[in-house]
Amino acid sequence: MSDSEEFVPQPAEIVSTPGADVYMPNTTISGTAVPPNTPAEIELSGAVQVSERQQARRENWRLIRRRPAFIVGVFIVLVWTVCAVLGDRITPHSPLDFRVAGNGQHLSPRASYPFGTDEQGRDVLSRVMAGARDVLKVAPLAALLGVFFGVILGMVMGYFGRWIDNVLGRIVEAFLALPVILLALLAVSTLGHSPTVVIGVVAALFTPVVARTVRSAVLAERDLDYVTSAKLRGESSAFVMFREILPNVSGPIIVELTVRIGYAVFTVATLSFLGAGPQPPSPDWGAQVSEGFRNISADIWWTTFFPAAAIASLVIAANLIADSVQSVLEAS
Amino acid sequence: MGRYVLRRLASAVVTLWVLATIVFLMVNVIPGNVGRSVLGPFALKEDVARYNHQIGTDRPLISQYFTSIRRVFTLDFGDSYKSQSAVTKIIFPALFRSGKLALLAFIITIPISIAAGIFAARRQDKVTDRVVVNAGLATSSIPDFVTAAVLMSFFCVHWKLGHVFADPPSGTSVVGQLPYLLTPALALVVAYFGYIARMSRAGVINGLQADYARTATMKGLSKGAVMRKHILRNALAPTITVISVQIGYLFGGIVGVEKVFNYHGLGSTMLSAVTSHDIPVLQGAVLLVGIIYMVSTLLADVFIAFLNPRVRLETSR
Amino acid sequence: MSATFAAPTATAALALEDLEVVYTVRGIDRVVLRGVSFSIAPGEAYGLVGESGCGKSTTAYAALRYLPRNGKIVSGHVLVAGDDVTGMTTAQLLRFRATEASMVYQDPAQAMNPSIKIGRQLIESYTLLGQSKSDAKKSALEALGRVRIADPARVMDRYPFQLSGGMQQRVVIAMALACDPKLLVLDEPTTGLDATVEAEVLDLVRVLRKESNAAVLLIAHNLGIIRSLCDRVGVMYAGRIVEEGPSHEVFDNPQHPYTVGLLRSLPRHGVRKTERALATIPGILPLIGSDLPTCVFVDRCPLADDVCRTVVPPVVPVGTEGLRYTRCHHPDRIPELVEAQPDVPIAILAPSEANPEVLELTHLSKTFRQRSVDVPALVDVDLQLAEGETLGIVGESGSGKSTLAKTILGIESADDGGAVSLDGNTVAPNTSSRSTDDKRAMQMVFQNPDSALNRSWSVRRILMRSVEKLTGVKGDAANARVEALAAHLRLTPRHLDLKPRQLSGGLKQRVAIARAFAGDPRIVVCDEPTSALDVSVQAAILNLLADLQADEKTSYVFITHDMGVVRYLADRIAVMYLGRIQEVGPTDDVFNGPNHPYTEALLSAIPSVDGEPTSRIRLEGEIPSPANPPSGCVFHPRCPRVIHGVCEVTEPPLLEVAPGHAMRCHIPIEELRRLQSKT
Repeated sequence: MSDSEEFVPQPAEIVSTPGADVYMPNTTISGTAVPPNTPAEIELSGAVQVSERQQARRENWRLIRRRPAFIVGVFIVLVWTVCAVLGDRITPHSPLDFRVAGNGQHLSPRASYPFGTDEQGRDVLSRVMAGARDVLKVAPLAALLGVFFGVILGMVMGYFGRWIDNVLGRIVEAFLALPVILLALLAVSTLGHSPTVVIGVVAALFTPVVARTVRSAVLAERDLDYVTSAKLRGESSAFVMFREILPNVSGPIIVELTVRIGYAVFTVATLSFLGAGPQPPSPDWGAQVSEGFRNISADIWWTTFFPAAAIASLVIAANLIADSVQSVLEAS
Repeated sequence: MGRYVLRRLASAVVTLWVLATIVFLMVNVIPGNVGRSVLGPFALKEDVARYNHQIGTDRPLISQYFTSIRRVFTLDFGDSYKSQSAVTKIIFPALFRSGKLALLAFIITIPISIAAGIFAARRQDKVTDRVVVNAGLATSSIPDFVTAAVLMSFFCVHWKLGHVFADPPSGTSVVGQLPYLLTPALALVVAYFGYIARMSRAGVINGLQADYARTATMKGLSKGAVMRKHILRNALAPTITVISVQIGYLFGGIVGVEKVFNYHGLGSTMLSAVTSHDIPVLQGAVLLVGIIYMVSTLLADVFIAFLNPRVRLETSR
Repeated sequence: MSATFAAPTATAALALEDLEVVYTVRGIDRVVLRGVSFSIAPGEAYGLVGESGCGKSTTAYAALRYLPRNGKIVSGHVLVAGDDVTGMTTAQLLRFRATEASMVYQDPAQAMNPSIKIGRQLIESYTLLGQSKSDAKKSALEALGRVRIADPARVMDRYPFQLSGGMQQRVVIAMALACDPKLLVLDEPTTGLDATVEAEVLDLVRVLRKESNAAVLLIAHNLGIIRSLCDRVGVMYAGRIVEEGPSHEVFDNPQHPYTVGLLRSLPRHGVRKTERALATIPGILPLIGSDLPTCVFVDRCPLADDVCRTVVPPVVPVGTEGLRYTRCHHPDRIPELVEAQPDVPIAILAPSEANPEVLELTHLSKTFRQRSVDVPALVDVDLQLAEGETLGIVGESGSGKSTLAKTILGIESADDGGAVSLDGNTVAPNTSSRSTDDKRAMQMVFQNPDSALNRSWSVRRILMRSVEKLTGVKGDAANARVEALAAHLRLTPRHLDLKPRQLSGGLKQRVAIARAFAGDPRIVVCDEPTSALDVSVQAAILNLLADLQADEKTSYVFITHDMGVVRYLADRIAVMYLGRIQEVGPTDDVFNGPNHPYTEALLSAIPSVDGEPTSRIRLEGEIPSPANPPSGCVFHPRCPRVIHGVCEVTEPPLLEVAPGHAMRCHIPIEELRRLQSKT
C-alpha cells in the first residue's frame, strides 16, 4: 500500500512542541528536484565554495561561536555552573547561617549585602548562588532522560508509521493533554520529595513532547533515497533508524535538548515554588521565591526578585543557546 | 472536508479514552486507603470499610476502571472526598474563573503577538527583528510565577494599580472585574507573547519566500498588498495551531499565576486537590483540562483544514 | 569590461548594459553576473542557455529588478523600451511590473497562490491595470480562451491544485500576457512538465508571440527548446555571455570552446554508444559566485594559454553581419578543438542474441490502494533483459516506470500472478525476503544524488557498508575492495574521506554508482540517473555507465524521459503509458519507425538541438489519471489515429510486429508505416 502525495495540513497532533518555541512546523510541499537557480534557492544553497578540508561541523561551530545570543547564553550557564559546583565555598556568607546579620532581617540591598537579606537574616546573594546546585542537579538530567526516551519513541513512530504511529500517537497525544506541573506535584506528593522522583516524572512527561519533534524530523528523512538504498542492502530496521537516519536528525535533537533543559528548569522551579521541591532551609530558588513572596505586600521585593531573576536567567540562557544552534543549522 | 473532520473526531475520541485510562492509572497508583485518609486515623475500622464501600474503592480495579470511563463520557466525576459535594460543582465554576482570565489574556495577546510577528518578519534580520525575537525569547522563558510575582510587586504593591487577591467579589460587573483580572492577565500575556509572535513571524517569513509571493510581487503589487492579499491567509495556519495548543495548556498550566494572585481558578483547585489527596476532584480537573486541550486543538485543526482548499474540497487530482 | 555585444538601440525592447550583480553571503560579496550585455528587439525571442551556476536565472530576474534580499545590482543598467529599470523608484517599479514586463516561472503549481481561486488571481492582473472588476472578469475569460483553455468559466472557479501542470502553466502565461507587456521573460517554463504537455505549451508560446509584439527572453538549459523557439541565443558561463548569435548558427557551428564542448557532450544526431563515447569538458562547473581569473573558462579550456590568464578576452565578431560574437582570444583555433579530442570509440559490442537472458518479468502488475480506490500503476508487464544489455524505459508521468523499477527491486511487492525472475529463478516479491545473493545481483542508481547518499556518512563508509553487507567481506579485504571500486570509477583516495556535501553533483552520482556496483551486480536499475545533472556532467556519467557495462557485462534497466540519452545508451527501448507497455523493440527500430502512435507523439514532441524537422503530432487533452484508465486501449482518447468502434472497446495485446519489435496497437504495422511516412 502506498500513500499518495497529498498535502495534509499540519494538525496540532503532530506539529512541533509548544515550548519548542524555537522553530516552526514544516509546512513546505515537496517540489521537483532541479538545480538551484532562483534567487531564493541560490541564497539557501549557500553560494560559498566550501574547501575540502573544512568539515561542515567545524564551520558551524565557528559560526555559532560568533553569535551574541550564544555567547550570552553560555556565559550565564557557566556562571551558574561554577556556583553549583563550588557552592558555599565561594559565597560571601553562609547561605544557611542565620546568625550572621544578627538583627539584620530584611535588610534592603546594600554594599555588604548586594541582594539584601531575607526574613531570617540570611544573605540573599549567597543563597541565590548556592541555590544553583539544586536546580542544576535535577533539570539537565531530567531533560537528558526525556530526550533519550523521546528520541527512541519518536524514531519508532516516524519510521514505522502506519498503525504503530497511530497507536503510539494517540498515547502521545493523551500525555500532551495532561498538565505537567500538576502531575509532577501529584507524583511528588505520593512518592516523596526526592530529586529522583522529580527527575523521573519530568523526564516521563517530556518524552512525548520530544517524541513529537523527533517524529517530524524522521518523517522528512524516511522517504529519501538513502533509506531505500539501505533496504536494498538488506539492513535491519534498527540499523536504518539509528545508524542511517539518526545522524541526520541530530540537529533538531540538539536544539530540542537545549530547549528541554530550559523547560526543565522552568518546571522544577515551579514545582519547588509550589512546595514540591527541596524543603526549607534549602536555598533552592523556587523555594526562596515561595518564602519571599509572602512579604511582597510589605514592599520587601528583593527576597522574591533575585531568586526569580536567577530562574529566569537560566531559562533564558538555555533558550538563547537553543535559538543560536537552530539559526546556524537552518542556515547551513 | 467531511471525511477529514470525521477522522479527526474519531481520533480525538480515542485519545480521550487513552487519556482517561492514563489518569485512572496514575490516580490509582497512590498508595493508601481512601477511607482512612478521609475519615482520619482515629475512625473505626468498620466506618472506614463502610465508607470505602460507599464510594466504591473496594471494588475490583477493572470494574472501577469501567465506571471511570463511563463517567468521563457523561462528564460525571463523582463526589469530592473532602467536601462531599459533586466534583462538577467544584471544577466548573473554577473553570469559568480560569476562563475569564484566559479570555482576557488572549484578547490582549493575540493581536499584539501576531502584529509583532508580521512586523518583525517584514524587517527580517534587521535590528527591530532581532529585538522582537529576542524579547519574545526572553519573556516566554520566564516562568509564569516569576512574571506574576514581579508584576504583582510593581503593579499591585508599588503602584497600587491592581489587587493582590485577584478574585473579584461576587456580583461585580464585567467592567468592574477588569482591575482585578488585568494584572494576572498581563502575566499571561508576557508568558505567551513571545511564542505566538515567533510563530507568526516564522509563518510570514515562509510566506515571503514562497513562489506565489514572488509572482504577486512581479505582477506589480506593492509589498503591503502582497502581504494582505496573498501571504497572510497562508501564513497564519501554524500560528492558529500554536494558539490552540496554548489555550489548552493554559487551563492546566497557570497554577503559578493563580497561586501568586490567590486566584481560585482551575489551577489552584487542582493544587489543593493534590495536597489534600482529593482524588475525584483531581481526576475530574485533570480530565477536564485534557478535554479542553483536545477540543481546542481539534477546532484549530478543523479550521486550518477548512482554510486549505485541498482538504476542504477533498478532491485529489 | 565595457565591450558590449550589440550596441543597444533606442528601440530595443530590452537592453542590458554591462550588468554586474553580487550576492552577499556570510558577509562576503560574491559576483554572480560579471558585466552582462545584450539586447532584444521588439518581437524578437532571445534565449539564454547555460548550466547551473551560470547566472541565467539571475539575469532574468534582474531584468525585472527582482533580486533576493542578499543580492544587489552593483553596476550597469537594464533598459526596457528605453526606460532605465535600475534607477526606478518603488512606485515606478510597481507600475513597470504591472504594465510593461511580465514573467512566467518554472513551477506553475508553486507560482500561484494555493488558496485563492484561479479567477481571482487572474482578475487581479487586470485590476492592476485599472480595469473595473466586471471588465477584468471579462478580460480574464478572454485571456483563458486565448491560451486555449476549454471551458474558461469552470477553470476560473477552480483552485490551482485542481488543474494539471499544463493547464497551470497556461494560466500563468495568461496572467503574464494580461498587460500586453513589452518584455516577456520565461524562466524554464516547461521544466517539470511531461514531454507531450511541454510541446503544447511551447506551441502556445510560439503562437502567442506572433499575436503580440512582446520581446521574449527565454531561459532554459534544454538547447532544443531554445533552438525551436528563439531567434538568437546567448551562451552563459560563470556569469558572462561567452557567445551570442542566431540560434541555428551557434548550435551548428559554435565559435567558443565552451559552446563547442557543451554541444559535443550532448548525444546529437542520433549517435549510439557503439559509435563513440560522448566528449566531456575537463574540470567541474564553478560554483555560483566563485572568484575566477580573467577568462571565466580558462581552467577548463583546451586552448588556454598565458594570454588567456592575464588578459580579459575581447569580444570578437564572427562573420560579417554583426550578429554573431564570441568572447575568446583564439577563435581562429576553434577547429583544433575537434581534432584535439577525436571521437573515442567505446569498446563495447552490441549485445547479440546469443547472450543469456538475465532478467525476466512475467505478467508483472502492481495495484496501489489509495483511499479505497484501486490504482493500477503497472498492468501485465512482460519484459526480458539479456546479459550486458541496456533496456531503456521511457514514458511520462503515470506511465508506471518508477513503479516498474521498485517492483523489480522489491521495494514494492508485485501483485499475485506476476513474477520477477533472475537467471530463470523467481525472486521473492519483497526485498526483505530475498537472499543476499539476489540482493547483490540487483541494485539501483537513483535520480537525485543528494537524497541517495547519506549526508552524514563519508564516501568510504558508504562504500564499505555496501561491500560488507552485500559481499560479506570485512576488514582489510573490504577496504581493499572499496579502494579498487573507487579507482574503477575514477574516484581518488582523497574523495573517499569526504562527505557528500563536499562533492559536486557528478562526483556524488559516481559514488552512488560505485555503491550500486559494490557487490558486482548483474542488473542495475537506473532511475533517471542524469536528469538532475548538468549536460556536461551527464556525458561523463553516461560514458562511465557504458564503460562499466562493457567491463562487467552488467545489464541496465535505464529509465529516462530524455530521448537523446536513451537513444545513445539503450540497446532496446520500451515505451510505457498508464502502466502498460505500448511498444518495445531495438533502439534503431523504435527511432526509425514505424511506431506506436504514442511513441510517434513522444518523438515529435521533443525539440532537438539539431533542428531536425519533426512531424508535429499534437496530442489533445491531458494524461488521464491511472486510477481512472480509459476503456479499451488506454491511449484512445488522445490518439490521433484512433479507429472509432475498435479502440475504445478492446485493449490491443502486445504483439510482435517485426523481429524483436512488439507493439500494442490495433493498426497493422504496414498501415502505420504508410501513415507515418507521409508526415
